[in-house]
Amino acid sequence: MSESLFSKKNRKLITDPLTDNNPVTIQVLGICSALAITVQVNQAIVMGLSVIFVTMMGNVVISMLRNLIPSRIRIIVQLVVVAALVIVVDQVLAAYLPDLSAKLSVFVGLIITNCIIMGRLEAFAMANKPWPSLLDGFGNGLGYAGLLVLVAVFRELFGSGTLLGFTIFGNSLPGEESGLYAMGYTNNNMMILPPMALIIVGVIIWVQRIRNKELQEDH
Amino acid sequence: MAINKESNGFTFGFAITLVVVVGTVLALLAMGLKPMREQNAKVKKQLDILSAMLDLDKEGINRKNAAKEFEKYINLDEALVLDMNGNVKEGVNAFDVDIQTEYKDKKLKDSDKNYPLFVANQDGKKLYIIPIVGKGLWGPIWGNICLDEDMSSIKGASFGHKGETPGLGAEIQQKFFIDRWIGEKISDDNGDFTKFEIVKDGSGMNPQKVDGITGGTITSKGVEEMANRCLSVYAAYFKSLKTKE
Repeated sequence: MSESLFSKKNRKLITDPLTDNNPVTIQVLGICSALAITVQVNQAIVMGLSVIFVTMMGNVVISMLRNLIPSRIRIIVQLVVVAALVIVVDQVLAAYLPDLSAKLSVFVGLIITNCIIMGRLEAFAMANKPWPSLLDGFGNGLGYAGLLVLVAVFRELFGSGTLLGFTIFGNSLPGEESGLYAMGYTNNNMMILPPMALIIVGVIIWVQRIRNKELQEDH
Repeated sequence: MAINKESNGFTFGFAITLVVVVGTVLALLAMGLKPMREQNAKVKKQLDILSAMLDLDKEGINRKNAAKEFEKYINLDEALVLDMNGNVKEGVNAFDVDIQTEYKDKKLKDSDKNYPLFVANQDGKKLYIIPIVGKGLWGPIWGNICLDEDMSSIKGASFGHKGETPGLGAEIQQKFFIDRWIGEKISDDNGDFTKFEIVKDGSGMNPQKVDGITGGTITSKGVEEMANRCLSVYAAYFKSLKTKE
């Protein structure tokens, strides 16, 4: 019982979802929002932080209630908790980060439907104590956020030539090109369209499975 | 006494308690944050109006100093509201008119819609700022057009959108697109409204023609429709002012 807070087992709860059990690349959950809000890195970061908050808090609340929740309505109870947390995030963003909140628009609300969150509640928090649940929520949220930011880096860099809004390749405005653009480089408009996010996620999955043969499925 | 967790009574009790608790927490949060959200919306509107006449980045105007800068340039006592025929409407506060909601409201008759007009003072010149609203490819688009003291030439503009495609339709916000509008006139020498046309053939240098955005055709057309529909109302008002003189 007297297990240390950051025992090896507990640390694995955080590190696993970052690598070999990543919710997006291995379990292929939460793809929808990964397509929608990875055009710019700052959007991806705020979205990632929001999801981390919701998975962590959702896991803790459900874990604390796990011995009380009647099993017949447990999915609805989980939904109510997640929905409440998402509304909290939405309201706080609208109050403190109004510009970003406007850009993320409906996608914050759609965190409710993100399978990662319900999946962790059902698979982990319902059967574990609050502290490991918190770590598990944090790890999975971080695994999602990390991938989102990675995809967003590719899309913003090659689609708009910027990172976090700062120009990287020079000025692309017609008539005042500088840097790479002066040499004839153009942004890849495909990058800012949703299909490209799917292709980038696919490439990441591919690379990850080449590096780790255990992840390859036999068919 | 052990509680039977699976009994109907417990299930109902649990559900009701949970919903009441969650509902209370969310209601308190929403009420607590409401003043901030309203303040944000007000500041956004001030910034939008100012962005038509000034380069906000260059002037260092942001959310923090928006209210002060707004007061410096714009006197809300001079602002007025027009009806669709360009006649002044009394008793309506121009700043409180939400043209986006009115535009979306299908039940609201065109004749009941409000057309606010803001008057700005810059370097001793009177400028006229006109908020406009329309629809793009994916959702609403809007803008503010700043007219010079001749009440006809476009001195500055800003456009915004909710969810146009980044890199394509969303480019209406960019300076290069706004620059294409500057110098265009909304009325001819008689004060009659002159229509704008978004063109694809690069003839945007001609009067009343504005080059569209490659790949953003529907958004560009949306800007055209929005500018023509809204600005014609104001042209009628300015004409009535000029004929009075």
